[in-house]
Amino acid sequence: MTAQATPTAKTPARPPTRQRRFGLGSIGTTGLVYLALLAIVVIGAILVAAQGKNLFSTGNIVDMLTRSSLLGFIAIGQTLVILSRSLDLSVGYVMATCSLIAAVVMNGSEANVPLGIGAALGAAAVVGLVNGLVITKLKVNAFIATLGTGLIIKGWLDTEFAGPAGKVATSFQQFGYTRIAMIPLSTVVMLALAVAGILYLRKTRAGHHVYAVGGDVDVARLSGIRTDRTIITAHILCAIAAGVAGLLIAARFGTGSALVYDYGLDLESIAAVVLGGTYLMGGRGGIAGTVAGVMILAVLDTVFNILEVNPFYKDVLRGAIIVVAVAIYARRQLSAKPSRVRFAGGVS
Amino acid sequence: MSASRKLADAGRFLISGSGAVYLLLIAIFAVIAVNNASFFEPFTLMGFVKKAAPLLILAIGQYFVIVAGEFDLSVGSLVGAQVVLAALLIDGEGPRTWPVIALMLAGGALVGLVNGLITTLLKVPSIITTLGMMLVLFGAIRLLTGGAPTGALSPEFRIFGRHGIEGVPLFRQLPWALFIVIVVAVAAVYLMRSPFGRTLVAVGDNAKAAGFAGTRVWWVRTAAFVLSGLSATVAGILVGGYAGVTSQVGEGMEFVAITAVVLGGVVLGGGRGSVLAAIAGALAVESLFTLFTQLSIPSTIRPTAQGLIIIAAVAYASRERSRRHTPQLSMKPADPNRHSDVAVP
Amino acid sequence: MTEPLLEMTSIGKSFLGVGVLHDVDLTVHKGEVHALVGENGAGKSTLMKILAGVHRADAGQVALDGRPVSFAHPVEAQKAGVSTVFQEFNLLPERTVAENVWLGREPRRRGFVDSRKMAADTAALLGGLGVTDIGPNTRIRNLSVARQQVVEIVKAISHDARIIAMDEPTAALADREVGLLYDLVARLKERGVAILYVSHRLKEIFDLADRITVLKDGRLVDTVDTAATDPDELVKKMVGRPISAFFPDPLPNTGSGEVRLEVRGGGNTQLDGIDLTVRGGEILGLGGLQGSGRTELAHALFGVAPFTRGRIAVDGRDVRIRSPRKAVGAGLALVTEDRKTEGLALNQSVLANARLVLDSVLPGSSSRRAKRIPDILTALELSSQGTGQEVRYLSGGNQQKVVLAKWLATDPKVIVLDEPTRGIDVGAKQAVYGLMRRLAADGVAIVLISSELPELIGMADRICVLHDGRIAGELPGGSPEETVMALATGHTPAEAASQTPDGASKGAES
Repeated sequence: MTAQATPTAKTPARPPTRQRRFGLGSIGTTGLVYLALLAIVVIGAILVAAQGKNLFSTGNIVDMLTRSSLLGFIAIGQTLVILSRSLDLSVGYVMATCSLIAAVVMNGSEANVPLGIGAALGAAAVVGLVNGLVITKLKVNAFIATLGTGLIIKGWLDTEFAGPAGKVATSFQQFGYTRIAMIPLSTVVMLALAVAGILYLRKTRAGHHVYAVGGDVDVARLSGIRTDRTIITAHILCAIAAGVAGLLIAARFGTGSALVYDYGLDLESIAAVVLGGTYLMGGRGGIAGTVAGVMILAVLDTVFNILEVNPFYKDVLRGAIIVVAVAIYARRQLSAKPSRVRFAGGVS
Repeated sequence: MSASRKLADAGRFLISGSGAVYLLLIAIFAVIAVNNASFFEPFTLMGFVKKAAPLLILAIGQYFVIVAGEFDLSVGSLVGAQVVLAALLIDGEGPRTWPVIALMLAGGALVGLVNGLITTLLKVPSIITTLGMMLVLFGAIRLLTGGAPTGALSPEFRIFGRHGIEGVPLFRQLPWALFIVIVVAVAAVYLMRSPFGRTLVAVGDNAKAAGFAGTRVWWVRTAAFVLSGLSATVAGILVGGYAGVTSQVGEGMEFVAITAVVLGGVVLGGGRGSVLAAIAGALAVESLFTLFTQLSIPSTIRPTAQGLIIIAAVAYASRERSRRHTPQLSMKPADPNRHSDVAVP
Repeated sequence: MTEPLLEMTSIGKSFLGVGVLHDVDLTVHKGEVHALVGENGAGKSTLMKILAGVHRADAGQVALDGRPVSFAHPVEAQKAGVSTVFQEFNLLPERTVAENVWLGREPRRRGFVDSRKMAADTAALLGGLGVTDIGPNTRIRNLSVARQQVVEIVKAISHDARIIAMDEPTAALADREVGLLYDLVARLKERGVAILYVSHRLKEIFDLADRITVLKDGRLVDTVDTAATDPDELVKKMVGRPISAFFPDPLPNTGSGEVRLEVRGGGNTQLDGIDLTVRGGEILGLGGLQGSGRTELAHALFGVAPFTRGRIAVDGRDVRIRSPRKAVGAGLALVTEDRKTEGLALNQSVLANARLVLDSVLPGSSSRRAKRIPDILTALELSSQGTGQEVRYLSGGNQQKVVLAKWLATDPKVIVLDEPTRGIDVGAKQAVYGLMRRLAADGVAIVLISSELPELIGMADRICVLHDGRIAGELPGGSPEETVMALATGHTPAEAASQTPDGASKGAES
């Protein structure tokens, strides 16, 4: 579609809306993220090879994938809420809670595994429901609402669980340690969840409506979409995804741990989502990009670990990459309003 | 205006969204007084001031940013980085105190400037910008400390957070922190009444209208971040003095500061709320923590209360707002024909 | 003619006690293109929104196929076969054509959205309208405005619409894009779809419409067959509103002074070949239809979307106005069209708003200059509970007075007023008119943009009429409404022949 009046080469200095195309403008944002991931893997492999090591050794690949699965679960859920123009800062606490519930309910018994998983994910869904209701019905800003529920859970966790609690069944620990060839089971589950999420967004009405609500809530409402319900559902699914991350924690540790909320995964997941090309203000992006965003962060971590670089530079680089990525997306984003050029430019 | 009318106005103000924080503050103080009247003995009260001072100053800085419609998540890590860096540079040497403080202020302003310019010129949402800054600063802390902080603050440095004018009758000690808070608060109130302050709020309220009125919106917002960076620095000086150096200093303070500001009725998104209310919000948060201590409520349950209160406060304020706003019959916010059709001929 | 498809009878509607529609009848037949015309504020949009289920009528009935209906939500109207294409697009720019067309009712197969069917159905709809150059999987933001319009219409048809109402469908289109719409209308008509077509452009109306209904001040003037009327007669029916406000005469000592504002060859993406001269003490009226470039001209003068060609001089000195801040520095003021989104910080006090320009542009002297603000507000007869009141609690007229005070406090040399009396009451209008006369007497150059013809004619010394981004012609103050309307609609009656016949030819060489 290039039938629109094309400005001549010399576009006016500051028209209200201008279409700007970079060399990479023709590929989508998701494609760009995967290109960036590829570039980082290649550069990382070269740097690692320069030290006489191999980035693609089994150990390193397992390390990268293991790192990515925990953040992956949370970031997949976070993508759903961000797409609907919301935010969830309570995911870290939900994760901790679910690890504890699963471990305590299982209490080492194989028979209780399904019950433990169900209880943990059910509790997560309740938290998501509360988040969604507070945001849509009490009209509390999502930032404050989820910060608040997160704090409420934190208080409960800190009071009730001073240390690790419960014990997961032995079989359940397989979730944390089993590998299929080189790929950890948790990564497989994470990718499966990602595929499920992508299907949800692309193949269900509810998923389509997530984009509509995040893109323009008035248009969504005029089209007869129940916007509140869409937002609440997104929050429930996000919390459940965080619950799965909690299950993974429990499987790896063999027990539930309250302290995992300190991992900073709430903010990191938001960073991974926007790094993956999802627009923080909703309506654009997707889970495929998020997975790449998560992988970028994991590869960086692994490479820096192998190179034994001071973690400071890793943090600086991470911060810089996220900020630069979002700045690039902001520039790529065309104006949402239809614009037209009545008179081609040309400064007299 | 008659006295009763004034009283009625005051009552209406207190139950309104913006006055609720004062009511809350009064209520908390009342419970504290009933529980333990000795809290209001001058000496104890001054101890409370020393403890609360850093949050008050941080809340003032966060207010500037929030009222302009942005967030600053980097302040907690900035406080931590400043304290760790100060300990490293001073290394217990008294004469280095003032140059290091000057350096800290410059560093705080620089962090704010970077936050502001990235947010406004590169159009990166401030939550992401300041999150990135937070990662960088936490990394810096780890780099500087390698786990455990090195160096030490000089006694001269710690004066601000710990000591005061000694031997004052009744008070025994008037802490420097009190004076610093008062100076910063008065300066903030004065600033908000200045042309800059009014422009700042106008930008948060309606950046487009402010732009049409000739405001350099990018610069005003950047200035708010610089002010936030500076106040985080002052808060860092006070925290370092009061609590000493650990690598955990400042962690989570950004959220407590945002809680305090929002509790003060300042609306996320900008354009509403006063700096005094933000200060009152910070006082309410700190006095609440004090109350918990008095009631021997385990400190671990504090976040729960904090979470409940912040949700309740914001829900209350947004309910008040929507009740006073008669919803307009409109399809979309920017319907250019809306006015013409209701025009009186 | 066939049985009426839609009958609206005795429709009445008022907003906040102000009557907008009184006793309006409208009948539309199957396969008919029915134009709805009238000046701004005549009530066309309100009538359309009642039909679309956005507003509810206070009085009267709407019947579809002889059965009474009442729509509470646009979705209900769509289900009944009434679709509306509003002026502002209701599309999601980040989603594809197909996703937008089927939003909220995506076709499903075994519970999942059937993307293939969605795309195929969309392609079929597009193909049925003869549109071959829009792919169903193209993102909306990659489409030109004209094609987004097509998508809106496809969305309307996809509801099996029997009536499609279009509100100013060409307002956002360039001339060469209008043909696409003509084809579409013709095809819809063939299928027996009725079209309610709201437009200002007489040419389109005479090209497309079978019948024309004229509204004026919320009342029905006439419904006529297009074949039985001509543009001159139609314009006469549209204009001639009762003089609803008294326009004060210029103050005695108002003289035409030195040239204060001069624009030569100004142009950007929206405007071309703009030449303007305004003298101190003079009121220059800028007329033109919505979308003709009036507001764009105001924005260009004020540096919001600056001219990229040509030059501007204030008081004989060339100025480069790249931003509103520069414009204020050059001595310009702009009272914007949309008070709420562009003029006021609604949660701030009267005083804070009135000081805003001083505070942001001249912080050093703002306190001294702001001392005059209470006097200015008093002179404007602002009614508020003191200057500390938040402006959102003020009436439209009083809000406008705050905006005016904000600019008067800067002592502008040139003041541009974009629809200064829109949506305000008669008393406030009088205050605005009186103020304009006083400013003129003080030697300020005034540019008045208005779509209210009586206002333009009653207040301006000269009137420049814009059409499609160019100045179509200049008329002396007091010219008859017909002449202004004719220039604005692109229709050239005999008596205006001395003016540039077609805006498009002018300025092309400059």
